[in-house]
Amino acid sequence: MAKKELIPRQPMPEQAPEVRSKNFEEVPTGQSPETAIREAERCLQCKKPVCVDGCPVGVDIPGFISLVKEGKFTAAISKVWEKNGLPAVCGRVCPQELQCEGKCIVGKKNEPVAIGNLERFVADYERMNKKASLPEKAAPTGKKIAVVGSGPSGLTVAGDLILKGHEVTLFEAFHKPGGVLVYGIPEFRLPKEIVFSEVAGLEKLGVKLECNAVVGRTISLDELFEEGYDAIYIGVGAGLPRFLNIPGENLIGILSANEYLTRSNLMKAYRYPEYDTPVIKGKNVITLGAGNVAMDSARTALRLGAETSRIVYRRSRDEVPARAAEVHHAEEEGVEFFFLTNPTKFLGNEKGRLTGMEGLKMELGEPDDSGRRRPIPIEGSEFELECDLAIIAVGAGANPLLTQSTEGLKLNKWEYIEADEKTGKTSKKGVWAGGDIVTGSATVILAMGAGRQAADSIHDYLTIGW
Amino acid sequence: MFKIIAREEMAEGTVILNEIDAPLIARKAKPGQFVILKANETGERIPLTMADTNPEKGTLTVIYMVVGKSTALFRDLKVGEGYQDIIGPLGAATHLEKVGKVVCVGGGTGVAVLHPITRGLKEVGNDITCIIGSRTKDLLIMEDLMKAASHDLRVCTDDGSYGHHGFVTDVMKEVLEEGGVNLVVGIGPVPMMKAVCKITKEFNVKTVVSLNPIMVDGTGMCGGCRVTVGGKTRFACVDGPEFDGHEVDFDELMLRLQAYTEEEKKSYNEHCNLVKQ
Ligand SMILES: Cc1cc2nc3c(=O)[nH]c(=O)nc-3n(C[C@H](O)[C@H](O)[C@H](O)COP(=O)(O)OP(=O)(O)OC[C@H]3O[C@@H](n4cnc5c(N)ncnc54)[C@H](O)[C@@H]3O)c2cc1C
Ligand SMILES: Cc1cc2nc3c(=O)[nH]c(=O)nc-3n(C[C@H](O)[C@H](O)[C@H](O)COP(=O)(O)OP(=O)(O)OC[C@H]3O[C@@H](n4cnc5c(N)ncnc54)[C@H](O)[C@@H]3O)c2cc1C
Ligand code: SF4
Ligand code: SF4
Ligand code: FES
Repeated sequence: MAKKELIPRQPMPEQAPEVRSKNFEEVPTGQSPETAIREAERCLQCKKPVCVDGCPVGVDIPGFISLVKEGKFTAAISKVWEKNGLPAVCGRVCPQELQCEGKCIVGKKNEPVAIGNLERFVADYERMNKKASLPEKAAPTGKKIAVVGSGPSGLTVAGDLILKGHEVTLFEAFHKPGGVLVYGIPEFRLPKEIVFSEVAGLEKLGVKLECNAVVGRTISLDELFEEGYDAIYIGVGAGLPRFLNIPGENLIGILSANEYLTRSNLMKAYRYPEYDTPVIKGKNVITLGAGNVAMDSARTALRLGAETSRIVYRRSRDEVPARAAEVHHAEEEGVEFFFLTNPTKFLGNEKGRLTGMEGLKMELGEPDDSGRRRPIPIEGSEFELECDLAIIAVGAGANPLLTQSTEGLKLNKWEYIEADEKTGKTSKKGVWAGGDIVTGSATVILAMGAGRQAADSIHDYLTIGW
Repeated sequence: MFKIIAREEMAEGTVILNEIDAPLIARKAKPGQFVILKANETGERIPLTMADTNPEKGTLTVIYMVVGKSTALFRDLKVGEGYQDIIGPLGAATHLEKVGKVVCVGGGTGVAVLHPITRGLKEVGNDITCIIGSRTKDLLIMEDLMKAASHDLRVCTDDGSYGHHGFVTDVMKEVLEEGGVNLVVGIGPVPMMKAVCKITKEFNVKTVVSLNPIMVDGTGMCGGCRVTVGGKTRFACVDGPEFDGHEVDFDELMLRLQAYTEEEKKSYNEHCNLVKQ
């Protein structure tokens, strides 16, 4: 028998690097139905699909891919929805190479099936064509649930519980819903319209949305119970910026990635002065850190007109935590990488503005607690880099605003909320938590997975008791 | 929308008062706390202190000086119109405690920020001397309200057109020399607060100031509002806005407030040109 011709992984069309690095439109432009079907044909429909083990929410990957192969895109999206309420988001931002695609059997010898691209394709197809029927809502239970925070975790809980017949209100501190999906991840990677359309879908199902509600300030958890809520889910994310604590860090021109990205994305500073919020547009920009947040910052800087955009990271290329696609995109767009480099000091002028950064070269020593080789400074390797904007993207911590104003909520030593791994139950009666405020900064899909588990547990609590 | 139910122009139209319907916030607000307001879809998030609140009526009052595009946009809002977004109450409330003799010093629109704090300090039983000032008589605000909130009100103008001729700090020095002062609260432009703290330090009197760095979220999430207090970086929106004035690095704050000067000037001029057309 002749060997079946091998179909290569279907490319995702993209804006050319020199074009896209000057606009805020999405980088990958999306696949055609024909390419999607061809890509779907690459899937072997494994009896024991290991790809599913790699997906934190267990999407039926061969199931939806076989529907794509048959051109049944509407049925395919319904299949994905069974496990994942935000496929247009996950298809774009999941670190697939570590999750579903990282396990795919085809990937052992060739390139893995492009599961993320296919998920994105069916979600976008549905958003354009609106053919799938809205999921059925169970009969009203008369129970009320407050969901605090409208990031991926809170949105998942709200979507699950409204379908189970409960009344759900989402409380969001910002003036717009979506969490990191809206204030953090830039337009060129995740168009905001997608997030708002997901939220609009929830509102159509009956979820109430209260923006500008800072729980812990505007209203406390105990007051929510007094107002008649039967259960509360906390999904407030890890919104506390970390700084480097080195000299000169309060100079003008040094921003946390949270501030830089919030100004640019949520407040739309990239459309200033049409929008009123400004952001510092550096000529020579340095981003400290090498996660997704750092890639987003360094690439935003280019789009805002930077001549140079550099990533400075203390560890080596092997330890870069960002999604592979983002590192690749950043390099294509001209972001320069300085590995094994540690900032030691910021330099400024008499107006208090940043003019440069001093750093040290590092070498890799013995592995540390995390199993990664610890970088140690090389003596006498000091050097200086000129810059007028530095973005600090070295991670986030737990924002204490809500937790400190709430009695009876147990925290761990890093001030994240302690919650049961399987159910999301906290030490406070009637309160669940999940997402980044429990795990520390993680991923969209893990935050959604935690939301799903908590929603199931909340439903049990409300219908059959603990 | 958060509706404006009353509006007043003070200090020759350079300072505006808005009483706004915001029952949830009014119910919870305490002296010293602030809100963040956004006029419309394209607007900036602007922090303003609540000069007053009325929990029964469900309203809060802000008093602001028109200094740039956003405050000019606020000025143009009429009664019946409103703000798209208001977030609060934010910041730590003033620590209200009976300490004895308190001097409250306010300059410019700082007086609006000082008012609820002064009233709160009086309500817990302190003996309040209040000193307020402005460049000239017509720019003075809230004289009657400050009189009611204190036991002894002294007024100064830089040009001598009303009250004492000179700076609030001159009068404050005289009061400190009389002795017996346990606490000073100084709120106004950064140079004024710096000057107040320099003098009170000489007299070794504890001094509280309210800082106004540039803010975005107001919930401790961006770090844009960082100030150096006692050699440590603090976030004014959650750790403040009130701090021990003797520990504050005012020079750094003054510089950081200039971060967007060029953009602000451009926005304001464009806005004024548009309005003129
Ligand atoms: C710039 C950036 C890029 C990223 N890129 C990726 C990526 O490519 N792939 C990936 O998988 N993950 C990525 N992540 C991580 C991912 O976004 C997070 O892990 C995920 O969003 C966490 O979801 P969450 O629901 O726990 O919290 P969040 O998304 O942080 O949402 C929390 C929400 O709660 C609100 N809130 C906070 N406090 C209160 C309060 N007191 N009252 C009311 N509301 C409150 C916040 O305003 C926010 O809207 C990125 C993160 C950032 C910052
Ligand atoms: C906690 C707090 C309470 C305040 N309370 C009052 C008050 O009760 N009355 C009052 O008149 N003013 C108050 N301010 C100051 C007020 O927020 C600024 O005057 C206002 O933001 C100016 O905006 P603008 O666009 O009109 O001016 P711009 O042209 O943008 O700027 C003028 C000046 O305001 C500062 N500024 C600009 N944007 C911000 C921002 N987002 N946050 C803070 N400062 C900024 C700039 O440094 C500049 O010096 C307060 C500030 C803070 C932080
Ligand atoms: S949700 Fe994420 S991990 Fe799961 S299949 Fe989709 S892209 Fe892969
Ligand atoms: S492991 Fe790969 S080939 Fe097998 S079912 Fe999953 S996607 Fe298809
Ligand atoms: S305003 Fe963002 S942390 Fe204070």
